[in-house]
Amino acid sequence: MASFSTTTTLDEPQVSRGKAGGAPPTFDGGDGGRPGRGLPDYPTRLRRARLGLLVALTPVLMLFVSFTSAYVVRQGLPTLDPRTNQLVRDWIPVKLPTLLFVNTIVLLVSSIGMELARRQTKLAAVAATVKPATEAPISAEGKTPWLAMTIALGLLFLFGQWMAWKQLAASGFYVATTPSSSFVYLLTGAHAVHLMGGVLALLVAGLFALLHRSITTRSIVVDVTGWYWHFMAGLWVYIFALLELAK
Amino acid sequence: MGADLWIISIAIFCLGALMGALNFITTTLDMRAKGMTLMRMPLTCWAWFVTAILGLLAFGVLLSAGILLLMDRNLGTSFFVPLGTVNGVLTGHKGGSPLLWQHLFWFFGHPEVYIAILPAMGLCSQLLSVFSRKPIFGYKAMVYAILAIGFLGFMVWGHHMFMSGMSPYSAFAFSIMTMGIGVPSAIKTFNWLGTLWRGKIRFSSPMLFAIGFVSLFVVGGISGPFLAQPVLDIYLHETYFVIAHFHLIMGVASIFGIFAATYYWFPKMFGRMMNEPLAKTHFWLTFIGAYAIFMPMHYYGMAGGLRRYSQGTEVGWINQLWPIQRFISIAAFVTIAAQFIFVFNLFWSMKKGKKAVDNPWEATTLEWTTATPPPHDNFGGLTPVVYNGPYEYSVPGAPRDYVMQTDAPVTARH
Ligand SMILES: [Cu+2]
Repeated sequence: MASFSTTTTLDEPQVSRGKAGGAPPTFDGGDGGRPGRGLPDYPTRLRRARLGLLVALTPVLMLFVSFTSAYVVRQGLPTLDPRTNQLVRDWIPVKLPTLLFVNTIVLLVSSIGMELARRQTKLAAVAATVKPATEAPISAEGKTPWLAMTIALGLLFLFGQWMAWKQLAASGFYVATTPSSSFVYLLTGAHAVHLMGGVLALLVAGLFALLHRSITTRSIVVDVTGWYWHFMAGLWVYIFALLELAK
Repeated sequence: MGADLWIISIAIFCLGALMGALNFITTTLDMRAKGMTLMRMPLTCWAWFVTAILGLLAFGVLLSAGILLLMDRNLGTSFFVPLGTVNGVLTGHKGGSPLLWQHLFWFFGHPEVYIAILPAMGLCSQLLSVFSRKPIFGYKAMVYAILAIGFLGFMVWGHHMFMSGMSPYSAFAFSIMTMGIGVPSAIKTFNWLGTLWRGKIRFSSPMLFAIGFVSLFVVGGISGPFLAQPVLDIYLHETYFVIAHFHLIMGVASIFGIFAATYYWFPKMFGRMMNEPLAKTHFWLTFIGAYAIFMPMHYYGMAGGLRRYSQGTEVGWINQLWPIQRFISIAAFVTIAAQFIFVFNLFWSMKKGKKAVDNPWEATTLEWTTATPPPHDNFGGLTPVVYNGPYEYSVPGAPRDYVMQTDAPVTARH
């Protein structure tokens, strides 16, 4: 401020290149603690991955919001039958299989397992970043009981949903029977596809553990999948409530 | 089968657009260069950021509509398809609602037009400032206007459905909201004019296309408030007036944005300048051609010329409008032919164009600080530091008439 020089620059040295471009003051790795040209540090990577997940969940939410609005509109509309010239309702309420209750409990329990797995790997990752010199013992790294439990329960849930579809079909409700049954298959199916993505991500994380990949990378995968998993559990409760309460 | 493949490809497009939006949003929020605050971002980046948000919210809805449509076509469901016959045979569907399809489609469709034009708005703002050698007029107002357009864009889809028999009360609400978009659009337009006002304008080809964009945006946009009124829309909806409005503002204006951007960033991409006389010929032919095509369409539409018909020769009043159609067709052929000048210029300049310096337009933003063409990783593994806003032109006391975003501040100025 008090300087009279007009040429003093702050902070960064200027390196001239050519006459046109001006000087780009550059520096090495100031991008929020990026060490050199390698990967950013663990908290930065975790923050970015979580932000990415948050953004990625938005269209998933929009997809189901859109399905919900279609559900409400389709349910509310009587339609004209041009053969009889009468307004008719073709919405037949579906009797949902009780198996769906069991599946709900399975998924909620898996969500608890997921949370335990997420916290466990995160603790291990933080421990590894605090003292990177002392490698965490291999035995502790290789064991991922909660992760295995979550994957198993996730697969059990998907199998349960498949069985519920079979029960629905056995009771005479196929995809095209009535719009309500169309929506039951649509919503459960769309949710199952999304959950399969979560299972796949957990399998990748499990593979990382088997291959002894760095705990930080694995922890980020598990952390992000964990939040995704909770979202899927909440989404399922919502779908189930919609199908059960707005028959 | 063909239609199914088409729907599936649209669904894949949705997924791709969502991935792209995810990339843009996270990069903008968390990976900006040091010192690059949100309010120091070039308007190009702001526009892409808001565009990505719109895409993130809109494409999921189109995807859902596509899934329902595929189920209707292949699994026998009746979400959209009502009871009816095709070629005299009952379809087997019953009770579906085509209106539901329209709602889902247009909930995506209206934001989509802003997805097409917001990037052009952003980069033309940038170019008007660079080639007027003046700061953009009302930077903050521009940012808020982009945000307002994006926000309002989600509440107006019903203006595509005034003809669907919707309640006049909802039509009124959609109408008011739609005309409300005129406010941020006008803010942007006046700020563009304010940027040009008393600028030291350099009429290079990117600038010509940017000015052309403003012109087309105003002319195409002004018919928007006409169509936004249900009373007028009921008359105009089925006519060429809609085609004229839509293609001027969303089609040609956005394409002018693409041209402006190509001429502007070509030197950075390929290290050579595009041929300027060819570019100017391309501009004038396209600019005059676009008006020659679409201005008569307004008249043709108001006179009752119908769209969506392949042939109108049996209709008396359309027959009388035949010369207009012929004029439009000739103008269209000439304009299309002029695009080959651009294609030729593009490929010829890659090989034979004049060598470009690092910052040929004397612009301030980051891309012009790196070598031309840029090294691997754009900045060669180094991250630039930003000290200034993106539109520091004609700065009093500065050694040049512009200050790069990366120029460190001088402690005292004359
Ligand atoms: Cu619209």
